[in-house]
Amino acid sequence: MSTAVTTAESIHRRRHYLNADYGIRSWLLTTDHKRIALLYLFSITFFFALGGLFAVLIRLELLTPAGDMMTSDTYNKVFTMHGIMMVFFFLIPSVPATLGNFLIPMMIGARDLAFPKLNLASWYLFMVGGMFAMYSVVTGGIDTGWTFYTPFSTTYSNTKVIPAALGILIAGFSSIFTGLNFIVTVHRMRAPGLTWFRLPLFVWANYAASLIMVLGTPVLAITIVLVFLERAFHIGIFDPRLGGDPILFQHLFWFYSHPAVYIMILPSMGVMSELISAFSRKRIFGYTFVAFSSVAIAVFGFLVWGHHMFVSGQSVYAAMVFSILSYLVAIPSAVKVFNWTATLYKGSVSYQTPMLYAFGFLGLFTIGGLTGLFLAALGVDVHVTDTYFVVAHFHYIMVGGVIMGYLGGLHFWWPKITGRLYPEGWAKLSALVIFLGFNLTFFPQFVLGYLGMPRRYHAYPEEFQVLNVMSSAGASILAVGYLLPLFYLLWSMRYGPEAGPNPFDARGLEWQMASPPPTHNFEQVPIVSEEAYAYHTAQEVPVAG
Amino acid sequence: MQDSHTTAAHHPAFQHHFETMEQQRQASTLGMWLFLITEILFFGGMFTVYLVYRNWYFASFAAGSLTLDVTLGTFNTVVLIGSSLTMALAVHGAETGKRGMLVGFLILTILLGATFLGVKAVEYTHKFEEHHVPGPSFRFGSEELRHFHEEATMLRSTQIHGVELGEVQLFFSLYFAMTGMHALHMIIGIGVLSVLVWKARHGRYSPEYFAPVEYAGLYWHFVDIVWIFLFPLLYLITRHVGVHP
Repeated sequence: MSTAVTTAESIHRRRHYLNADYGIRSWLLTTDHKRIALLYLFSITFFFALGGLFAVLIRLELLTPAGDMMTSDTYNKVFTMHGIMMVFFFLIPSVPATLGNFLIPMMIGARDLAFPKLNLASWYLFMVGGMFAMYSVVTGGIDTGWTFYTPFSTTYSNTKVIPAALGILIAGFSSIFTGLNFIVTVHRMRAPGLTWFRLPLFVWANYAASLIMVLGTPVLAITIVLVFLERAFHIGIFDPRLGGDPILFQHLFWFYSHPAVYIMILPSMGVMSELISAFSRKRIFGYTFVAFSSVAIAVFGFLVWGHHMFVSGQSVYAAMVFSILSYLVAIPSAVKVFNWTATLYKGSVSYQTPMLYAFGFLGLFTIGGLTGLFLAALGVDVHVTDTYFVVAHFHYIMVGGVIMGYLGGLHFWWPKITGRLYPEGWAKLSALVIFLGFNLTFFPQFVLGYLGMPRRYHAYPEEFQVLNVMSSAGASILAVGYLLPLFYLLWSMRYGPEAGPNPFDARGLEWQMASPPPTHNFEQVPIVSEEAYAYHTAQEVPVAG
Repeated sequence: MQDSHTTAAHHPAFQHHFETMEQQRQASTLGMWLFLITEILFFGGMFTVYLVYRNWYFASFAAGSLTLDVTLGTFNTVVLIGSSLTMALAVHGAETGKRGMLVGFLILTILLGATFLGVKAVEYTHKFEEHHVPGPSFRFGSEELRHFHEEATMLRSTQIHGVELGEVQLFFSLYFAMTGMHALHMIIGIGVLSVLVWKARHGRYSPEYFAPVEYAGLYWHFVDIVWIFLFPLLYLITRHVGVHP
């Protein structure tokens, strides 16, 4: 099929999805999955910047022990908005909505997702949700924390809980529809010959994440509706004064919000499998194990929500069961990490930018995962609950894991998306700066938490200052690391050298078409006759003998 | 591949990112079922809340439940099951290409749905009059309690004590949240069916293409099934209060 591509023709003259139509209307009314992926890319970048801005304010406040930059009320609003923006409007949609949207149809040999209009509607829902959340910021903010714990959120908070909650409800429907679209597409639109066990692992990972989106998000939706009803009409479902139970809110909330972590991390893990096999030029070691581990993570993910409530008053026996189940998640996670490592072994590894991000992912995810075991242990968890240890742990997993996968994937497929190459030197620098900045920001927080600094406080005892200053310094390095790609990727869209269809010599259907791809991806649906990752390196053959 | 693509392309409802009409149908069927699964989970959250509290606050929930009008509830259940039948007949009309049958039964389904909502409105009005709506003016007085105790004694219940005002209010909160969310789904369903009537009259459906009718039918049946669970849980379950351990 690669013969169909005429590389000699310049990007400007060839018709592709970017220049097939012009004007704002052609973008806002598009049903092309690739254009919708770009719409998501821009809006998610915007929300990420907004969430990052709140992070900067948090780290500035925590530079000094005294709560001197803002009042505690303002601080509560700042970390709440940081959490809401980052979790619901960046981490959850980032990889599936951008890379997943762009790649899944191409990877399985389809012309589009099964429901293109629904896909566009998802983006609009996402934007409307984001507008609601931003409305709550500009009209005074919300101070409940991103978890909306009741009865504070339903009764006592005097801030804009309702618009923020509605924003998350609406964005949740966007997530449900995206997941639904992916599942149907993967089930029904695979090209002839593309069996389940020939699918790229990126598709498997997004499939598993979609299952969680479809099965978890509705429960969050109804929970938010109940919070809304209770706040608006003072009915007592979660208010203990009226017979309700705030713990029940936590059960329902975490039934979605713990699996939500796997909505974030699974697609990034899918990116990892693609990157590691492409840049070590080997088939993923234990393909079926990696594929099934995604599904296993999705399944186990639904059984562990109670570990958020070890100290909330649930029964000791429930806590023990949730503790054991939480350990179980480590098994499929470790299967992935070990199999990636085994893939690297004796591979011909090349250290290009996406691979640097992949290594960054391995480092951060491993630290985050191992500290997750600390937190799954009932006794240790009681000691570090609601301290910076927890903050550091979930930033390593959620932020470290997702950002590394997201940026690694974005770099890997950037030539496919834009048809142009980015400057390799700058890109490598950004990967390095982000990795260092990230560790400098969040590693001290493990120590802080272990020493007893609670989360969500805007002032702290003086002995914690050194570590906090380190963390804030790390955050400014991290910010530079995030800004670099913004500049050079934008630069490369105009001035980057043309990439050709397959600059990394990678496998997979998406690399067999021109960059950028034509609007309908495939003139003729391809017939797949080989396994995924059919890399053959020169070394591979003699080593075996 | 190319051939099957171009030959299937003649139907006006065919979308060109699919290979065949059959593939399009399979995709949308799977999509609809997945959507219904999300709906089950959506209601599932409320069912969980209801079951937890009913277990904890048994006496209060029994007392609250006994004030609901079983006659109206039963009538509505019959109406709704009837509407499921007419909906199924409408789908059959679409399948066999009988436009009159399709339009007629769709309209009948809408009328039955509206009847259900009308009865629901009457029930809600009663609740307002009796001050059984959660909020500052909520009342659950000696009259209701006496009624409950009589029923419970007659049925030799051991659990007649411990009726708390807050807990009864919780029962009514859940009653309004669950039946309200169900009614909202009915209203959406009636909207969808109205669009179908309009399109069916313009001959948009044929035995080759009637997927939207089929999916609206699935949705309608789903909403009915939710009621089939709500009715016993809210109205009937307490009637066996005596044999509960």
